[in-house]
Amino acid sequence: MRSFALIDGNSFYCSCERVFDPSLKRRPVIVLSNNDGCAVARTAEAKALGIKMGAPYFKIRDLCRREGVVVFSSNYALYGDMSARMNTVYSQFAPDIEVYSIDESFLDMADVRPDRREELARDLRATVSRWTGVPTCVGIGPSKTLAKLANHIAKTNAELGGVCDLTDPAKREPWLHRVTLDEVWGIGPAGQAKLAALGCRTVADVRDLDPRPVRKAMTVVGERIIHELRGTPCLDLEAVAPTRKGCAVTRCFSGRVDDLDTMLEAVAAHATRLGEKLRHHDLATDHVSVFMHTSEHDEDGPQRSAAFTVDLPEASNDTTVLLKAARWGARRIWRGGFRYSKVGLVTTDLVDPARSQRALIGALDRERGDKLMAALDACNGRYGRGTLFPASVGLGRERARWATKFEMRSPRYTTRLDELPKIRAA
Amino acid sequence: MHIHAIIVGVRAPLPVLARAVKAGFPSPADDYVDRGIDLNELLIANRPATFLVKVDGDSMVQKGLCDGDLAVVDRSLDPREGDVVVVDVDGERSFKVWSTVAGRPKLSFANLRYPAFETSAFAEIEVWGVVCGSVNPRRRAIR
Repeated sequence: MRSFALIDGNSFYCSCERVFDPSLKRRPVIVLSNNDGCAVARTAEAKALGIKMGAPYFKIRDLCRREGVVVFSSNYALYGDMSARMNTVYSQFAPDIEVYSIDESFLDMADVRPDRREELARDLRATVSRWTGVPTCVGIGPSKTLAKLANHIAKTNAELGGVCDLTDPAKREPWLHRVTLDEVWGIGPAGQAKLAALGCRTVADVRDLDPRPVRKAMTVVGERIIHELRGTPCLDLEAVAPTRKGCAVTRCFSGRVDDLDTMLEAVAAHATRLGEKLRHHDLATDHVSVFMHTSEHDEDGPQRSAAFTVDLPEASNDTTVLLKAARWGARRIWRGGFRYSKVGLVTTDLVDPARSQRALIGALDRERGDKLMAALDACNGRYGRGTLFPASVGLGRERARWATKFEMRSPRYTTRLDELPKIRAA
Repeated sequence: MHIHAIIVGVRAPLPVLARAVKAGFPSPADDYVDRGIDLNELLIANRPATFLVKVDGDSMVQKGLCDGDLAVVDRSLDPREGDVVVVDVDGERSFKVWSTVAGRPKLSFANLRYPAFETSAFAEIEVWGVVCGSVNPRRRAIR
């Protein structure tokens, strides 16, 4: 019989910070998103103060100061390294794992005897905690949807000791009646409203629906969820990440931007990053969409949102080509008199550059471009991202107005020799 | 997803086999070519549990850990008598020498110029990891 476990880090980003700073133990800690925008991770102590997931920092800053909440900017180098370590541990416990997100992985438990699964899960938790310092919770079930639900139950019911096994239908039953349907994996707010209209309140209500009418209302995805909740697995582990279909580089400005020169610098920086990302995955695009908008938080100012798609003569991942297109698009939709909060570049339908069709007219000089880009990537790979970049990205003063802020980031303890934790010997 | 690994020392390049050269006789050494030396093998037994930290102070000199050295810390090891450990004592993290007296942990400095290290009977003692090696690049290799 199929069996899956979902393991994830408790308040993962905060827990990573705690591994390296013992003074954070038992104190409320939060980690903010890019540009120190919103709270994206909170310890139990921070949740108890009423800090909600996604709360904008400017709205909770006073509370944090008053209550002594320790606030960090995102330290993705650290979280990525800790995540890789945890997945290395998981792969010693299960033959197959699917890295679902930076802090969640599915494990294949089919080879483990049913009566030993919970014991294995407890052993796994203890090992991860001992080796990496990160506390986790494990949910087990005959389908991925039930494993995810079990994980939620383990997380919200401290008496379970971090492990919940929903394999046994008799033991599963009372939980399905207790948990509300918004905890079901893969059902968004729209789906929740539809299910509520069908008279559903709990997970058990959803499971007992007739799958066929649900298919009409919620497509095959909704029908699949019902089968998964009944214990029939419809989703397998995805061991290999599927090929990227699209790629986006978007950032909120750290301040507001109201002049074209600064806007074009930000667009150039995004185009540079887009090129890097595409080349890293060996993909190319035949168009670049540019968008920019003001902030809904600026209630007194005039609002504007604009977008434009620039077609390229043929697919490319050459930074100079993307740059030219993106800047052209940005000029085209630019209108002064607004305080912009965000600009971004989006591409969809990515293609393999080697197999894409060449243009008859306006073909790009790939020979030269590829060599230049290879040299650029090699240089930035060796000496750090941002060593070599197009001059249109800008060099100094203006950069501070749009560059991402990480003002409260902790040291990159595990990936930089010059930022290693210092331990007292005195 | 980017995987970051701590890299200690030099990953030695694979030696080139003499046989790859087209002309001439095969080298008699071919059958004896080794993989070269990788310091990671010497210093890291359990990669996901191993962390590099910097020594700040001179209280461990008699255990061979000097101020500024890099210590390799393995969190998966159980401390044994005489091990250098990274330990949190009431939320303060430091290096200490580990021993046990009547089943209770006893921590000490490894420098005769330091006084005896005392902990209260109620102190919260939590071992963060066991030092399993150290590195001291006398002249930092510049790449």
